[in-house]
Amino acid sequence: MKKMFKITTPEGLHARPVALLVTAVTPFECDVQLTYKEKSVNLKSIMGVMAQGVAPGSIVEISAEGPDAEKLFQTITEVIVSEGIGEEC
Amino acid sequence: MLEIQGIAVSQGIAFANAYCLKEPDLSYEEVKVADVDAELVRFKATVVKTKTELREIHEIAQEKFGAEKADIFAAHLLVLEDPEMLAAIEAKIQAGVNAEFALDEISNMFIAMFEELDNVYIQERVADIRDVSKRILANLLGVEMVDMNHLASEVIIVAKDLTPSMTAMLDTKYVKGFITDIGGKTSHSSILARTLEIPAVVGTKNATQNIQHGAPIIIDGTNGKIIVNATSEVSSYYMQQQRLQIEEQEELFHYRTLPSLSADGCSVEIAGNIGKPEDVEFVINAGGEGIGLFRTEFLYMERQELPTEEEQFQAYKSVLEKMQDKPTIVRTLDIGGDKHLPYMKLAAEMNPFLGYRAIRISLTQQEMFRVQLRALLRASAYGNLKIMFPMIATVDEFKMAKAILLEEKQNLENNGCTVSKTIEVGMMIEIPSAAIIADLFAKEVDFFSIGTNDLIQYTLAADRMNENVSYLYQPYHPAVLRLIKNVIDAAHHQGKWVGMCGEMAADEIALPILLGFGLNEFSMSASSILKTRAHFAKLSKQQLMTHNERILLLSTSSEVEEYVKKNQLSLS
Repeated sequence: MKKMFKITTPEGLHARPVALLVTAVTPFECDVQLTYKEKSVNLKSIMGVMAQGVAPGSIVEISAEGPDAEKLFQTITEVIVSEGIGEEC
Repeated sequence: MLEIQGIAVSQGIAFANAYCLKEPDLSYEEVKVADVDAELVRFKATVVKTKTELREIHEIAQEKFGAEKADIFAAHLLVLEDPEMLAAIEAKIQAGVNAEFALDEISNMFIAMFEELDNVYIQERVADIRDVSKRILANLLGVEMVDMNHLASEVIIVAKDLTPSMTAMLDTKYVKGFITDIGGKTSHSSILARTLEIPAVVGTKNATQNIQHGAPIIIDGTNGKIIVNATSEVSSYYMQQQRLQIEEQEELFHYRTLPSLSADGCSVEIAGNIGKPEDVEFVINAGGEGIGLFRTEFLYMERQELPTEEEQFQAYKSVLEKMQDKPTIVRTLDIGGDKHLPYMKLAAEMNPFLGYRAIRISLTQQEMFRVQLRALLRASAYGNLKIMFPMIATVDEFKMAKAILLEEKQNLENNGCTVSKTIEVGMMIEIPSAAIIADLFAKEVDFFSIGTNDLIQYTLAADRMNENVSYLYQPYHPAVLRLIKNVIDAAHHQGKWVGMCGEMAADEIALPILLGFGLNEFSMSASSILKTRAHFAKLSKQQLMTHNERILLLSTSSEVEEYVKKNQLSLS
């Protein structure tokens, strides 16, 4: 499963939004990746995601494989939208 | 007695004994490990132990500073639990090196990666990685980390630097101030000192070497001074200063919720200048009545390409929402001169301050200008927005900029977008030509904002970056004062208002003159707001107005200064 998001926080994916995302996905069993500029990192890794340096206004792809992937997407979409991190696209 | 000078970062004076924090010795040897499994077990057990420690600190910090400030430790825990980092360290250990070396290597690799990024927000997080890996390293080595939980008397902390986790353990019941060898005004510990309202002096270079543990010290966070083993004379001087400061603080605090009124009941507006959306908090905390200048350059700087409309919209909206119905003046992009954007590739110029900058760029590169205007117009629905254009020299420039604004507004409205109906549109007065024909501009604008830094440099033809001519930077030069008076009179004649957003707006000598001239709005850095409001409360506008004519006839800047002092206009 995969889904695209547009990042709208004015500073891009910096510490706070990354921490929210990592915290949200860590409890899930499935593997989850964030792809930005053709580079994929483990979304459960705060350092990996921060090192991507995702700029504001850019599009990222989140993909997950595993038994609870559907539930994971529900949660992550909710976090991204309600915390003002980005929007679905 | 010994005096040490550093950078003043958090004001106040305190007396206490020095508490010197020694950096723990975290040196280790790189060794080959034969029993790899045992080393892995040792590493994993240390991570668990460190996790427990961090959770405790997180809880303490939550109680002491609130959830938001304690967030930093939630982030530390995430770093500690990072599957990628742990896997990389474990892989290194598996290759046969000791855990200390593996940890250091991998965390340095991440630090290098972060430092390469173009994003300052992420660069700042390097301190967190260092902090976490130090903590694990200390536990691996069995070295005690610095512990401030057992303080039982008042102290002033002396340290090389304070890590975020050290500052989280600062208990202001006992910690009366701190002194560090390194750091600057914006470092983490300095910001925290201001939040906790304890005096702090940083960047002393060698305080840790010159101050003995337990020595009686005085810290003067206002002037960045530290006195060790003070004589009784010096001691009593600082006690008196401390009393005066406390009295002044109490008096100023009382002005936070008061309107800005002169002694004879005339009202002015005191607003704050900001460069970033976060700065709004400082203006609100200081009781600012609006934002008199929101410089939008920051949105365009330190990046690779132009900011999108959406990004700008979010930034403007966040400021407008925080200010609620208070006026917020946004200045459109003022780039060029000494401010450059690498991705815009502006040609180098012989006279950049007289060259292609600000509105001159906006009017020729209209697409970029229109993106900013659309973002502003969309954000206008969320507060009390006013827009002003920088560096206007001719009436045509203003008319053209305003026409583009109205065109974008019409387009947005046609597309069903909500735009405020009451956006005032004004201009900066920075160029003498505009100040001289202010009467003609006054028919076109809703307001003026006088930018004194540029107005002075253009009026006296003196580059403010050139030290050889810095004596010509004269805010009280009669030409400058006459221009200002002309602008205020011209605006008032058309029923318009005038603000000032340069350094002069908070200048003690200039204040009584400007109030007498009839300036309506004074915009300054947040830290000057309360002081200025308290100053106004002592001034009588009616009385100051009677000095206008005489002041305008003085022939030099120093005569003006003397006149204000001699007639005690600052105290009228």
